[in-house]
Amino acid sequence: MGLFITGYCTIGERKVIVNDQLRYYQENFLNFADFIKPLYKQKEINYPKFYKMDSLSKLGFLTSELVLRESNIKKYREEDLGVILSNSSSSLDTDMIHQNTIKDRSNYFPSPSVFVYTLPNIVIGEICIRFKIKGENAFLVSEKFDGRLIYNYVNGLMEQNRLQAALCGWVDLLGDKFEALVMFIEKDEFTDKKSSQFFNPSPFTEQNIYRLLQRN
Amino acid sequence: MITNHIIADNIITSLGFSSEENINGILDGKIGITDHQDVSLSNSPINLSLVDTNLLNNRFEYVLRTNNQNFPDGSFTRLEKLFILSIHDALSKSDFNHREKRVLLVISSTKGNIDLLEERYKAKFNHKRLFLWELGKVIGNFFGFINPPLIISNACISGALAIAIASRWIQKGLYDYAVVAGGDIMSGFVISGFHSFQALSPEPCKPYDINRHGLTLGEGCGTIILTGMEQPPGSSSVRVVGSAISNDANHISGPSRTGQELSFAINTSMKEAGLSSRDIDYISAHGTATLYNDEMESKAIGLSGLNEVPLNSFKGYWGHTLGAAGIIESVAAFHSLTCNTLFRSAGFESLGVSEPLRVIEKNTSCKLNTCLKTASGFGGCNAVIIFQKN
Repeated sequence: MGLFITGYCTIGERKVIVNDQLRYYQENFLNFADFIKPLYKQKEINYPKFYKMDSLSKLGFLTSELVLRESNIKKYREEDLGVILSNSSSSLDTDMIHQNTIKDRSNYFPSPSVFVYTLPNIVIGEICIRFKIKGENAFLVSEKFDGRLIYNYVNGLMEQNRLQAALCGWVDLLGDKFEALVMFIEKDEFTDKKSSQFFNPSPFTEQNIYRLLQRN
Repeated sequence: MITNHIIADNIITSLGFSSEENINGILDGKIGITDHQDVSLSNSPINLSLVDTNLLNNRFEYVLRTNNQNFPDGSFTRLEKLFILSIHDALSKSDFNHREKRVLLVISSTKGNIDLLEERYKAKFNHKRLFLWELGKVIGNFFGFINPPLIISNACISGALAIAIASRWIQKGLYDYAVVAGGDIMSGFVISGFHSFQALSPEPCKPYDINRHGLTLGEGCGTIILTGMEQPPGSSSVRVVGSAISNDANHISGPSRTGQELSFAINTSMKEAGLSSRDIDYISAHGTATLYNDEMESKAIGLSGLNEVPLNSFKGYWGHTLGAAGIIESVAAFHSLTCNTLFRSAGFESLGVSEPLRVIEKNTSCKLNTCLKTASGFGGCNAVIIFQKN
């Protein structure tokens, strides 16, 4: 069984790369909110729920959207698709927002719409809702980006036929520091080698995962 | 093909500091949920299941002393102490060298040391302790595990997912042993959040009951040690024979309307185990006692043809323990198998879900071999594990 990275997107401070091409660049980076909103608008996504998401979910959602809109995801059954993501900061960015709503007893205003995002796997839930993905999903935490962990995890699921295709990678955000790499992984026999006129699928290996992140 | 065996386990909750204490508590009909008035946790009195702080500290000091470990006072957070006690107890009941390359530590937690965001702890602990990987490092270093721990944070299925991953990696031959621990503590953070969702029950939770009014929160920690190594003939152990994870793809904070996705995970795990619905002797369900969760589960169980299988939720005993739930409920479930006793589903009186379920109303002795454990959580995730006696 050969596995291929048939599409990927990286979003870092200032730039967005999809399938080896620079698709967006912001000269003067100020903060996450001012970076992500014009990017979302420019890509004409039209998904009003986006505005309700916390920063981590916005980042993961947008990175996934930019990979999958150029993919053949629709040919798979919902249950054959999975999402495996990892990061370093879990949901700490939104955790601090929730904590601020409860620290002062005279000004106490916890909100369910904030609290629900104090779990790192909510971004997976958002992605699953958008793309109707119903198979194996997991959120893993590691200090630094761990290409071997992602490779081993996804490879195991595909090898055991628990999944036929997977969205996987790294979506990390804390304050205005963020980094995202999302890849779409398909099996050899399903990989349409000419799926994108600009992109040649590359084998899904540990080395190739690191190579994609470094491009960012 | 390598098979896996569970060789040791631990549960820490309000009912006690070992699996035995917890199981005996359940058999004696003890309920760990009580009324608490602690302003650091909640502005108003609230039902919670808490681990006694004095007992926790005394036991922790005892473990440090007996292991000749010298740490200044205040070196560990409440959650770290729970993890260390739980893993220590499980390791002491098994016989292998855990300081070895072929041993993996898996840590499951939804919120980790989240209490450290409170002002009162800011001067006491480095803010790095808020990161789940640092929690994993502190625990791993305490015991001298060699590999960096695998950290799972996947809402309320974290513990069940951790067991699923560990059993799969053992079967794949990646490791010889996996020490799988899950835990979460109570905090103003978590309580205020669930309160804002209006998800908390004014009385101890009543899973599947017609008068259920939401969940009760609890804290706890649990450990399971899995191995792929051959076990001596005649040794009685439990194996993980199937597992599956699915997502509802419906709503981030509400379960599926149909239960189809949990049912898919149930069916997939039964298929992996080579079992049919007739082979399942008992279901240890998630049963949070919220209206929607229990309703969704009843539909999923119906879709999978398991309506007639005896079922319970352990949350009536020690509440919803979040990242610990999947582990400690699994331990209680396979102890149910080994002692051939169905445990009463605490808080249940009369059925209040749309599909028929056989909720266990009193402790009952009967021959048990196979148990199906389910878990569901925010983000639409579902997990299923099947345990079987040798």
